[in-house]
Amino acid sequence: MHTSLSPQAPGSRIPAASAGGFQRGSLTFRPQLSRNRWNAVLTGLAGLATTIAVLPLVLVLAYVLIKGGSLISFSLLTQLPPAPGLEGGGIGNAIVGTLLVTAIAALIAIPVGVGGGIYLAEYSSGGSFASFVRFGTNVLAGVPSIICGVFVYGLIVSTRIFFGQSYSAMAGGIALAVLMIPTVIKTTDEGLKLVPQELRLGALGVGASKMVTITHITLPAAFSPIATGIVLGIARAAGETAPLIFTALFSPFWPEGVFNPIATMSVLIYNFAIMPYQAQISLAWAASFVLVLMILAANLLARWLSQLARA
Amino acid sequence: MTSSSPTTSASSSSQSDICLSLENVGISYGTNEAVRNVFMDIPKGQVTAFIGPSGCGKSTVLRALNRMNDLIEGCTLKGRVLFHGQDLYARDVDAVEVRRRIGMVFQKPNPFPKSIYENIAFGARINGYKGDMDELVERSLRKAAIWDETKDKLKQSGCALSGGQQQRLCIARTVAIEPEVILMDEPCSALDPISTLKIEEMIHELKKSYTIVIVTHNMQQAVRVSDMTGFFNVQAKADIDGKVGCLEEFAPTEQIFNAPSQQATQDYVSGRFG
Repeated sequence: MHTSLSPQAPGSRIPAASAGGFQRGSLTFRPQLSRNRWNAVLTGLAGLATTIAVLPLVLVLAYVLIKGGSLISFSLLTQLPPAPGLEGGGIGNAIVGTLLVTAIAALIAIPVGVGGGIYLAEYSSGGSFASFVRFGTNVLAGVPSIICGVFVYGLIVSTRIFFGQSYSAMAGGIALAVLMIPTVIKTTDEGLKLVPQELRLGALGVGASKMVTITHITLPAAFSPIATGIVLGIARAAGETAPLIFTALFSPFWPEGVFNPIATMSVLIYNFAIMPYQAQISLAWAASFVLVLMILAANLLARWLSQLARA
Repeated sequence: MTSSSPTTSASSSSQSDICLSLENVGISYGTNEAVRNVFMDIPKGQVTAFIGPSGCGKSTVLRALNRMNDLIEGCTLKGRVLFHGQDLYARDVDAVEVRRRIGMVFQKPNPFPKSIYENIAFGARINGYKGDMDELVERSLRKAAIWDETKDKLKQSGCALSGGQQQRLCIARTVAIEPEVILMDEPCSALDPISTLKIEEMIHELKKSYTIVIVTHNMQQAVRVSDMTGFFNVQAKADIDGKVGCLEEFAPTEQIFNAPSQQATQDYVSGRFG
């Protein structure tokens, strides 16, 4: 039967053969073939594009580390910024302010966002209202952050709605919450949709009501993606500057409550980096470093939370 | 207990022996009719099996018995489903309460992502169980013939068990809420023969205290476990194109498999279908 193939010694080259009108080449790899040359060229291009894409990330981290990392000291974290022209000082008030404003934002965005996500995934039955909310969420996620700021400025700051106070930590927190809510809604919605329908049926099959099913079975099963989304939302909001410039404003003093202007790290960087004083410029770099570290830590936390699901 | 119908001969003659009674039940998904004209009296304390080809509406009818179909968008039911004479689809009936009395085991094992202990305790707790939880967990796991395999690892996740063990855990979970009826939707279709055998042995034990309705594709299983068998078949619709399920024959299992009254049943149980 196998007359066309003469027996080959092991390891020898398999000869070219033609079958059914196709030119069959030898099995040996030949780099000069045009397909192999294109392959090499395109692989190289893809590698180059990837390198250019990660370069900013590496450079930003390295630059902030070099410029700001050397300034880290205990007094930096605990002291107020100096008056213009003086030396030393720290960014203690801005760190406290960022934590406070972000906490206010999280306290608003988490209940609203998780609640909205639960509605979309569990209660809405894919009607026009639900698709409108989903569409609106996507649009809101893409709205430039400065527009969230100007919205809260018009709604809260200029109307002096909180006890006659204009700029306040509360207004800043609300502006950041507006930024966070779409992320939290989307991750909650998608996290809940990943929960197998069988689990819901199982809970209902042992006589659980819908509320008990959601609170005891579905939400715990989707804890990891929801928590990841919340942490990423917080990390994004904590670094925002534009919505805070004209809501939380800035303060060179320690926070005086949530209804007064407050310093935040991002606005401190914005204010200090372009000042003509070396002390302020150094503080801006130090604040950049601390802010990058905080956001990095939040992202690592999010990664850890998302791996909980697989464990 | 007000809506029992005195005109139904079955419910008036042997009210105490009939657990679930279907009166001219028809179920549609949207505009698509899945099953129609089902009349059936499911006896109390026995095992009733539903057999038939795919798409004949067995599972649909089973899910109608504890209002699981409520969760499917656009699913509507005509006719009446009576549970001890009470219409389950009456306006004032709470579906959650129905499912506490009529529990369900699903085709795919679906333990909660919690510990084995919590899998059992969850249903009991939400049903307001006040007794000794440890004792209930042990009793339920024993009834489902899985106590020996799990007694040393009650704190481990239910999802870490094998498929057959998971399914028995799900049965234990259902038994724990002490329902009157247990519905099983192809409980062994995802299991190996040994696990299947264990579950069948368990069904024999469980029928002493519960009414069991089981959907199965395995005719030998129906012969082994059931007292009554309902054979569902698909019919071409007379009016428009399409197929609809119907109950072809409902009789004692022995009769269905040995001397069925319908030719279609004879063909199906003897493997000459189609």
